Amino acid sequence: MSESPPAAATPHVPTLSELFLGFLAIALTGFGGVLPWARIVLVERRRWLSDAQFSADLALSQFLPGPNIMNLSILIGSRFRGPAGAVACAFGLAGFPTLLMIVCGAFYSRYSDVAWLRGILAGMGAAAAGLLISLACKLAAPLLRERRIPALAVALIAFTAVALVRIPLYWVVVLLAPASVAVFWWRGK
Amino acid sequence: MRDDSALSVFLLQLVFLSFVAIGGINAAVPELHRQVVEANHWLSEREFTDFFAIANAAPGPNMLIATLIGYQLGGVLGALAATAALCTPTCVLTYFIVKAWDRFKDAPLRIAIQAGLVPITVGLVAATAYLLTRAADQSMATIAISLATAAVAYFTRINPLWAFAAAAALGLAGFA
Repeated sequence: MSESPPAAATPHVPTLSELFLGFLAIALTGFGGVLPWARIVLVERRRWLSDAQFSADLALSQFLPGPNIMNLSILIGSRFRGPAGAVACAFGLAGFPTLLMIVCGAFYSRYSDVAWLRGILAGMGAAAAGLLISLACKLAAPLLRERRIPALAVALIAFTAVALVRIPLYWVVVLLAPASVAVFWWRGK
Repeated sequence: MRDDSALSVFLLQLVFLSFVAIGGINAAVPELHRQVVEANHWLSEREFTDFFAIANAAPGPNMLIATLIGYQLGGVLGALAATAALCTPTCVLTYFIVKAWDRFKDAPLRIAIQAGLVPITVGLVAATAYLLTRAADQSMATIAISLATAAVAYFTRINPLWAFAAAAALGLAGFA
C-alpha cells in the first residue's frame, strides 16, 4: 500500500472548486483542531492522498515555519493546481473559521460567564483530545505493522522529549530532526 | 479595548512568531501567552484561557486564537489583520519551498529527509494528544468522552462529529 505511487490513489486532479470545498469541509468539521479531520477528508473520504503521502506531506508542513495546517493546504493546493490551487485551499481552510471567530469574539464579550456554555466547551474539548489520540494511532500504525524499529525509536524519543520531559519544541526540531535524517541517510546508502 | 498601537505591535509579533513556530501553532501558544498576558497585559489570564478553549472547540484551525485576540484589540479589522499576519508570510514561503522540494523528488537526500521527519511527526502528534488529553480530562466523565471518541474514530467509519454532538450534550447536561 505504501509503495503505490500517489497517482494510483488519485483518479483525477481535483478542480479549484473541489479543492476549496474540500478544505472548507475540513474547516467546518474541524472541531477541536483540523489535523485529524484533514486526514479523514483527504485520505479516507476524498482519497486525494494515499496514507504514506499524507504522512510525508504532514511531516514537511510541520517542519516548515507557520501554522502547519495552512502549510499543508498550500502544499496540496499548489501540487494539484499551482498558485491558484494554493489560494483556493488556504481560503477554503481559513476563510469561514475567521468569520466564525469574529462572531465568537462578539458573543464572548457578552456571555463569558454562562455555566452551560462552559459545560459544552469542556465536553467538546475532551472529544477533541480523543480525536487526536486516534490520529496519533493511525499515523503510528504503519510503522508498527511494518516493524520499522528505527522509525519507532525516533517517534518514541520525540514523544518523550516533548510530552514527558517538556523540552522546548525548538530544541527537538534543531537536534532530533538532523540526527534522524542522518540515521536514515546512512541506512539508505 | 481598542488600541491601535497595541494592535500594530501585536501584528508584528504574530509575523515574527509565525516564522519561529516550527511544529505548529500549539508549540507557539506559550510564547503567545508570554507576550499577550505577561509582557503587555492586553488580555487577562482568564480571557486567554477562554480564548484558547474557544479556538480549540470551534471548527477551524486552532491558530484562530490569534484572530480572537486581534478582535479584542481592534474589532473586525483587527481580527482579519491578525489572521493575515499569522498566515500570509509563511504560506508564501511554503509555496516556494514546496516547488523546490518536489523538483528533487528522487534525490537520495530528500528521501532521507522525508524518512527522518515522518517518525518525528508521529511522536509530536502523540505528544500533542497526550498534553491536550491531560488538559481537557479533569473528571471521569471527560476521560470517558476522550476514550470513546478515540475508539469511534479509530475503529469505525462513523463520522466523529456524532461523538462531538454527544460530548456537547453531556457537557450541556452538566456531566463534563
